[in-house]
Amino acid sequence: MKTIMTGVLAGAALALTISAASAQAQRSTLDQVKARGVLNCGSNTGLAGFGVPDAQGNWSGLDVDYCRAIAAAIFDDPSKVKFIPLTAQARFTALQSGEVDVLVRNSTWTMTRDTTLGIAFMATNYYDGQGFMVKKSLGVTSALKLEGAQVCTQQGTTTELNLADFFRKNNLKYTPVTFATADETRSAYEAGRCDAFTTDASGLYSERLKLSRPDDHIVLPEVISKEPLGSAVRANGDSQWANIVKWTHYAMLNAEELGVTRANLAQSLQSTNPEIRRLLGVESKLGEGIGLTNDWAARIIRHVGNYSESFERNVGAGSPLKISRGVNALWSNGGLQYAPPIR
Amino acid sequence: MQGAPVTRKGSPWYDPKIRGYVYQALLIGAVVYIGYAMISNVSQNLARQRIPFGLDFWDTQAGFDINQALFPYTARSSYGDAFWVGLLNTLLVAAFGIIFATILGFLVGIARLSKNWIVAKAAMVYVEVIRNLPLLLQLLFWYKAVLEPLPRPRDSIAIPGGALLNNRGLYVPEPVFGAGAGLIGAAFLLAVFGSIAFYVWAKQQQAATGRIYPIGWVSLGALIGLPALAYVVTGGAISFNYPAMGGLNVRGGITVYPEFIALLLGLTTYTAGFIAEVVRAGILAVSKGQWEAADSLGLPYSRTLSNVVIPQALRVIIPPLTSNYLNLTKNSSLAVVIGYPDLAQVFLGTVLNQTGRAIEIVGITMAVYLTISLLTSAFMNYYNQRMALVER
Repeated sequence: MKTIMTGVLAGAALALTISAASAQAQRSTLDQVKARGVLNCGSNTGLAGFGVPDAQGNWSGLDVDYCRAIAAAIFDDPSKVKFIPLTAQARFTALQSGEVDVLVRNSTWTMTRDTTLGIAFMATNYYDGQGFMVKKSLGVTSALKLEGAQVCTQQGTTTELNLADFFRKNNLKYTPVTFATADETRSAYEAGRCDAFTTDASGLYSERLKLSRPDDHIVLPEVISKEPLGSAVRANGDSQWANIVKWTHYAMLNAEELGVTRANLAQSLQSTNPEIRRLLGVESKLGEGIGLTNDWAARIIRHVGNYSESFERNVGAGSPLKISRGVNALWSNGGLQYAPPIR
Repeated sequence: MQGAPVTRKGSPWYDPKIRGYVYQALLIGAVVYIGYAMISNVSQNLARQRIPFGLDFWDTQAGFDINQALFPYTARSSYGDAFWVGLLNTLLVAAFGIIFATILGFLVGIARLSKNWIVAKAAMVYVEVIRNLPLLLQLLFWYKAVLEPLPRPRDSIAIPGGALLNNRGLYVPEPVFGAGAGLIGAAFLLAVFGSIAFYVWAKQQQAATGRIYPIGWVSLGALIGLPALAYVVTGGAISFNYPAMGGLNVRGGITVYPEFIALLLGLTTYTAGFIAEVVRAGILAVSKGQWEAADSLGLPYSRTLSNVVIPQALRVIIPPLTSNYLNLTKNSSLAVVIGYPDLAQVFLGTVLNQTGRAIEIVGITMAVYLTISLLTSAFMNYYNQRMALVER
């Protein structure tokens, strides 16, 4: 019911606010955020490691840190973010209608979404791939042995499409069982409704922690798709806002590459390395060029930290998920995370 | 013009008829203008936000599978096909739900008026509990109640007749029609028409002579006996594809998914609670004199009920019954919480999210539910008119 209502409400809200949006269009997104005094960030309803509120309502996660970094760059205050939890179904409509300024909600960057929804993807903050989880007692060790399986998945996701592709490609039969939210999907899987549970690998590790006996379940080795999870904004030609969102991620990556951390920020500001001096705005006016202050990146590092710090704290060694950097390592360490230079 | 009688009609503005037309024209103009303004405003702004608008997505390949489809559907089918799959699934659960809820509702409604204290109180408790709990909660309960106690596929419960039951659903044997199966179908049709003819004849006989024929038994005998006879004559033209365990799951047969069973149970029991009250109210609305008259003629209780009271009660029952049917159909959209692929789940959920066409899809879905409701309403109004008291 909740999801239908969000669908209907989102549709109605879209129709109404789109007409209201004409008045706002003259003002840039940055001006609107500044006037509001808070960044509206579209977030997951609860995915451990990426975006999840604790009992006190404090949000944490890799995606959450991204939004906090944007707020830090604008306001010098990472708490000036309002996290708006969105289901997979409501997320793009919420961005289109202007309910959120930026969507960082483990959303896969695809051509359809990038070109037909009126939204534009900015930067990939986590490279993921889809996997399967099964009960150990099933005795299945490979996704290719899932012939005839019933597979639980969340509806309206790329996961659902990759699932169909995978079984079609390998000429295997299966039955999909789809639910509106991750919680409903997991609980149906746990109740034995399905043989396998499929979502992005990061999501599998996160959902496995919520099972009553995580050790009874294994994640199969196959990764069946590319899932670049990234940030998205409205494709309304507001290039200033697009630059802020894009370069926030790149600043965090460049900081990691240059070894600038929260702990050594004070020393780094005294550094003689011209690259560090440009990043931190000691020797550049790049921040003003995107409507921010020149110390925008220094603010991000001070309040949130570099990409590595955020990664380890939320999904890596410092978290219950213990996901290794893998393809999310810096390009210089053999990974895919590569930021254009700040100069 | 001189000399002609002058008919003073006064200003046309004071003619109530003309004024009525003017007001109606203004109202229609306003409605049309508001509609036009809304559509043009939305489409302009959508274009400015670079969101495409239109139904061109309808023929695009959907790319996702749906477990329960009443016609062949694969990931290669279009979004339009997905819409029809969802709509048929909605109609399927609504049709079964209406039939079962009506039967259960009538039984409980009559039971509430029973002279047997325990039966009456049990019916009352049923109605009060069911009516006063949110349907969403009941659906989740039924889904858990269906899933939890049932075994894994490997330990399926074998039901006599070749069906299997486990937590992936109920697997029933699928009939496979061989040569000569047409004869069995013909025998069945013959039995149906024969039963109808016998019913009409028996009613005429009853009206003319007062003799009562056992319509139910004769019809039942014909409906089972004739096809069975044809089956023997053709030497077993219909064979069955029995479900059996194979690999991870049961293979073969027709699958009835747990989501469908849970949704049907939830909708049936919930709506039956309301129908029971409607039926009770209808029966109580029949004047006491009718019961007494039937009693004095020596009619037994069951015959009084079926031939005297219920036909009169129906006039009171049908209008509120209609709104319960409409509610059941609309409530079937709660299927999303338990993953039954109805119109709301497939179209308003998956298709909307894969295409991003929120306005078009929400609009179509509303139009479809409205159409289903109006058609149901129209049929029930027609039936109500036929049942209404004919004043003589």
